[in-house]
Amino acid sequence: MKNNTSRYLATPYIIWIVGFIVIPLLTIVYYGFTDRNNTFTLNNIAQILVWENYRPLYRAMILSAVCTAICFLLAFPLTMILRSLKVGRSSLIVFVFILPMWMNSLLRVLAWQTLLERKGVINGILTALHLPEQHLINTTAAVLIGMVYDFLPFMILPLFNALMKIDDNTINAAYDLGASYWQTLTKIILPLSVPGIVSGVTMVFVPALTTFAISNMLGGGKIYLIGNVIEQEFMQDSDWNEGSGLSLVLMIFVIVSMLIVNHFDDKSDMRKGGVI
Amino acid sequence: MEKLKSALSNCYLSLIVLFMYAPIATLVVLSFNSGRSRAQWSGFTTDWYVAMWADETIMAALRNTVIIAFLSAFVATVLGTLAAIAINNMKPVSKNIIMSITNVPMLNADIVTGISLMLCFIAFRISLGFHTILMAHITFNLPYVILSVMPKVRQASKETYEAALDLGATPFQAFLTVVLPELMPGVTSGFMLAFTMSLDDFIITHFTRGAGIDTISTLVYSQVRKGISPTMYALSTVIFLTVFIVLMIGNYAPEWAKKRKRTV
Repeated sequence: MKNNTSRYLATPYIIWIVGFIVIPLLTIVYYGFTDRNNTFTLNNIAQILVWENYRPLYRAMILSAVCTAICFLLAFPLTMILRSLKVGRSSLIVFVFILPMWMNSLLRVLAWQTLLERKGVINGILTALHLPEQHLINTTAAVLIGMVYDFLPFMILPLFNALMKIDDNTINAAYDLGASYWQTLTKIILPLSVPGIVSGVTMVFVPALTTFAISNMLGGGKIYLIGNVIEQEFMQDSDWNEGSGLSLVLMIFVIVSMLIVNHFDDKSDMRKGGVI
Repeated sequence: MEKLKSALSNCYLSLIVLFMYAPIATLVVLSFNSGRSRAQWSGFTTDWYVAMWADETIMAALRNTVIIAFLSAFVATVLGTLAAIAINNMKPVSKNIIMSITNVPMLNADIVTGISLMLCFIAFRISLGFHTILMAHITFNLPYVILSVMPKVRQASKETYEAALDLGATPFQAFLTVVLPELMPGVTSGFMLAFTMSLDDFIITHFTRGAGIDTISTLVYSQVRKGISPTMYALSTVIFLTVFIVLMIGNYAPEWAKKRKRTV
């Protein structure tokens, strides 16, 4: 009885996901494989091999990989220290490090623009100290700082959750059996925090790879990433077919990189619980 | 040695706090700066707050953001909760298919989700505007609701529901009085998660909004090209304070209540 009636409860949901997930995906695939006259072509996909498109993809891959690495290197010692403080998840000190995550991400990028601009805060301080002005905005470094700043909380939170799950007794047992600090770190703590690392890496790498807002606001159109290329195809050049083709390529890059990352953690279901 | 270690730890924590909060603090300070310069302090003023309050574009963006977040979280919570109950009772094959589709917006890059929705709206001649942003937000909120509610559905007992039916309740009554209270923690956390996801979204909104409608995120983005007005700093300060207060209450109110009970 229950099975029969409850099945209908999913009907509105199924209609919704077909209408707003399946059909849009088919639409973008259709655009990606056709030209303006609706005839089949692989030209849009092949556009990625063109230097102007390949270069931004390459640059985005490098930048997002570096950004993910920096986030991890900053967040891991931090979460280890937080763990050693023996405070609960809801303590004030933990709250301090999670709070920026809930602030609108564009406003946080805006803050860095204010700091780095030619007539911005940092140059203002430098001038006041009679030091020469620096060229900070519209550089790769500026984009990288913005990315790290924007996505760091998304590395901290899952790492912290994973580290808090490790039993103190496990670590003490390693020490008692004669392991050094370094051995305990690499053989016990790191392997046990893999689920957290995996979800942190995905939550930082994917948005960093596909961003166009950060590179636009802090790179001033000079640091061109694949996200910027695609955004322009739709918002300025209006070549939807080429834009769709490049989007499909980007989608494949995201899927492949996530498969590689998830390979390290077969049993992980952290992503489901790692968001809050 | 221990002392040195803890000094180093504290030093590291302070550096990260500085990195995280210095930019936000800068915005707060600049929102009270009477000059437009970002490099010079020219006196204290609250004029930018007054100007922000009077600025119809900012107020409209703020309204849109909150209304879309609330409506999209609400619709996603209703659709998602009902679906979670039904999916739990499905055969493994259909369950797997539906769950894979559910996860697509969460795993896919936002830019691809945004573009695919935009292409679809245009292909079906749906004009872009408030309603398309709302539909897009409901879509990317749904997986978060399902993933929050699903564990509670799995834990919930079927027996209590059947007992309610045996005692003469209609299925609807049984759902409201027996099933729903059991799922409520998952439903609320799903709603909250959806609400914050919607508040913070920029990329999907950017592609699915029409001309003439803004949320906070798209407004900030368009301001950046034109040159940032100090009213944006005032807005940032207001938003930061709101987030801070709401999270403090959400995090600590239950604990305070507990402590009070203990002391009484």
